Amino acid sequence: MNRRDLLKALAAAPLLTHAGRLLAAPATDAKLLFVFLRGGYDANNLLVPVGSDFYYASRPNIAIAKPGAENGALALTADWALHPALRETIHPMFHSGEAAFIPFAGTTDLTRSHFETQDTIELGQEINTRRDFRSGFLNRLVQTLNGSKANPATPAIAFTDQLPLIFQGGVQVPNMALRSVGKPGIDARQSQIIAAMYRGTPLQQPVSAGFVVRDDVTKELTGEMQAANRNAISTKGFELEAQRIARLMKDKYNIGFVDVGGWDTHVGQGGANGYLAGRFDELGRGLAAFSQEMGSAWRNTVVVVVSEFGRTFRENGNRGTDHGHGSVFWVLGGGIKGKQVAGEQVAIAQANLFQNRDMPVLNEYRAVLGGLLRRTFGLTSAQLDHVFAGVKPAELGLV
Amino acid sequence: MLERVSWGVNGGSVRQVQAQGWHAWLQAQLHPGKAALPPAIAAQIDAMTISQVPLDQLVVSMEQKRKESAGVMDDMAKQQAQKDYQQELNRLAREAATRSLLLDVYSPNQLQQQLSWFWLNHFSVHQGKHNLRAMVGDYEANAIAPHALGKFRDLLGATVHHPAMLRYLDNEANAAKRINENYARELMELHTLGVNGGYSQADVQELARILTGVGVNLGTDTPKVKPALQSQYVRRGLFEFNPNRHDYGDKQFLGQTVKGRGLAELDEALDRLSRSPATAHFISGKLAQYFVGDNPPAPLVARMAATFQQSDGMIADVLQTMFQSPEFRQSLGKKFKDPMHYVVSAVRLSYDDKPILNAGPMLNWLSRMGQPLYGHQTPDGYPLTDASWASPGQMTTRFDIARTIGSGSAGLFKTDGPQPQEKVAFPQLASALYYQSLQPGLSPATRQALEQAASPQEWNTFLLSSPEMMHR
Repeated sequence: MNRRDLLKALAAAPLLTHAGRLLAAPATDAKLLFVFLRGGYDANNLLVPVGSDFYYASRPNIAIAKPGAENGALALTADWALHPALRETIHPMFHSGEAAFIPFAGTTDLTRSHFETQDTIELGQEINTRRDFRSGFLNRLVQTLNGSKANPATPAIAFTDQLPLIFQGGVQVPNMALRSVGKPGIDARQSQIIAAMYRGTPLQQPVSAGFVVRDDVTKELTGEMQAANRNAISTKGFELEAQRIARLMKDKYNIGFVDVGGWDTHVGQGGANGYLAGRFDELGRGLAAFSQEMGSAWRNTVVVVVSEFGRTFRENGNRGTDHGHGSVFWVLGGGIKGKQVAGEQVAIAQANLFQNRDMPVLNEYRAVLGGLLRRTFGLTSAQLDHVFAGVKPAELGLV
Repeated sequence: MLERVSWGVNGGSVRQVQAQGWHAWLQAQLHPGKAALPPAIAAQIDAMTISQVPLDQLVVSMEQKRKESAGVMDDMAKQQAQKDYQQELNRLAREAATRSLLLDVYSPNQLQQQLSWFWLNHFSVHQGKHNLRAMVGDYEANAIAPHALGKFRDLLGATVHHPAMLRYLDNEANAAKRINENYARELMELHTLGVNGGYSQADVQELARILTGVGVNLGTDTPKVKPALQSQYVRRGLFEFNPNRHDYGDKQFLGQTVKGRGLAELDEALDRLSRSPATAHFISGKLAQYFVGDNPPAPLVARMAATFQQSDGMIADVLQTMFQSPEFRQSLGKKFKDPMHYVVSAVRLSYDDKPILNAGPMLNWLSRMGQPLYGHQTPDGYPLTDASWASPGQMTTRFDIARTIGSGSAGLFKTDGPQPQEKVAFPQLASALYYQSLQPGLSPATRQALEQAASPQEWNTFLLSSPEMMHR
């Protein structure tokens, strides 16, 4: 056997075992988009506890009025209502069963540090163990779905400038931000010559994965540019980004990640209108555009929206809110059992606040996400344990 | 080693080291005098508004513009006035970033420039908030750069008293009974002790109380202060300590009582924070991560932290300990460049002796690679590890940029005014420097790629795309 044949044989070997697995595994067309709201968004003004007098007493300047009032919250259930900025986007999805919320969700990390708590979530490791800072939980999910490191059959991608911690680890996951995309300047021949310089170096994988993704994106966006010439409506911001994400995910990628910033509202966050309302509006438009663009694949798609922590239940001295604890996770999807506010809950009252300042965490993020991932991808216990070691998945009945 | 201590090797820096000898050159880097800039670069910088108008004048006049624009009655005229105001802010921030990059490329004080970026990133502010675009230039030039190699305590104090920081982390809104703990938390978590540095939520709240009344005044009026506290009022430029807003109670901070007495409490707190062993360790670890590698060896960090404490936080001494270490030497050539290092080193190599006239393209490249100056939204600054940057998307973007720089003038010589006499075609990277210093270090694979180049432009593109150009 010469060197060339040997290489071929080595490359083929994992493929065979992998094909065998594939046949046995169900639900491979399942898709997941993980959206991280960096900065700790004010969940109490997203999912408004309209039945709580304590809520209105705690937020004299920034509370969202009850449903029916002018600019009031949008009714969801007897206890909860939605921020009015989501009137045309997420509110209809909730009532058609394509959206649900999980309040009192979060970590047991008490640092109230953005960066520490974001890391905690992205690593998805038990909190009092020594952390492996090279292993994010979505990377472990891709690993376990692929079964073998060398053969990515569940393509994953981060739609970010940098590869986020959540995707770092044993499998090379590509990344490419889609906010603005230019034409590639390096042609096919040059790409090959450049890739050859990296062969056998630690950067070999990122370099070749980068060229592959670049070609995918160029192909998808050629269509967009033609379409843009025909209709004059220009989409921008997160809405445009989310549309592009959908275009790539429906054909090419099963697992995606994107982050959205601008949620750290210490000062002047506004109420039904104002700064935070604008952020919700843009996010809602983006997620609705994503669901539209996914087309028939939306049925098999689950979108999870999380943030590192909630904010103080009471407004601060500057009509804003400070770093808190429990948050609200969102779950969207064409095939989910939406129209519910799920998970463990307690009455919103001063006595139930955590440290008399924050929403408590009753739905621990690993249990919640573990339960969602298990159902979405049909994970075995062993596979789930690889993603979230030692977790007891929560059964929230959403997927 | 030159590659690591500077923003990147070029002909000029090699000649300097050869002339002065390595030891003298490094000492000059650690203890720099005034930078002698190429006249064309000095002229560009001197012509900037931010070089001519002091910060307080600049901001007061910008505030006036903002208020005037808010008061315009006609809708169209109002829109125009607000647009003008925003564009002026953008222009000021662009001046700041341009000045920063020109100095990185052309200042002989390379280590000071690298440390200025490092500290700007450590005490990170985001230009998008409020009117910070008018402040970032002064913040970098007057709060950060002069202390970049000096005492950490001085550096810390300069950032605490700068309006850019006080506005960015909301301390201007922090007052007695209306506590905003944002700055207090980051001051310990990110700037001094580090997240596991041994402070509690109670310490955050107490430091926030110490910081009450520490803020900014962007106008010309002086607030009314109770007569008994009048002598406590402080105003220096835009910095203001307003005793009316200060919580004069005693505080329990890091296990000790801080007597409530006004602005002096802050100095006491900063003394304690900067002299804490946790700070010495945290800062040393971060410097080592920037200059040595993702997981710097613990013994090296311990020695650096010891120097930090012995020298009362003298940054040049801490760096000297690091530069002399075998761990540092062993790491040379293995650190993956972040976008700043990639862009600046490529331009240094390309236009060493031909001063560029427009840093705009460099700003765009940094944005595309995700590391614009003053552009990190959150106060933790950009990550310093290789793992954070060496991603697939990053690599393809870099190859595109390599092509842009390698195959033409890349817009670096475009000016608003009259075009220069000499037309710049593309950089001559296959120079004497290349054959003497760079070529011997290239891998066979890189040499092979260079041999396949069909033109000098493509040769440049491949060299700037090579693994060797991605590391320092």
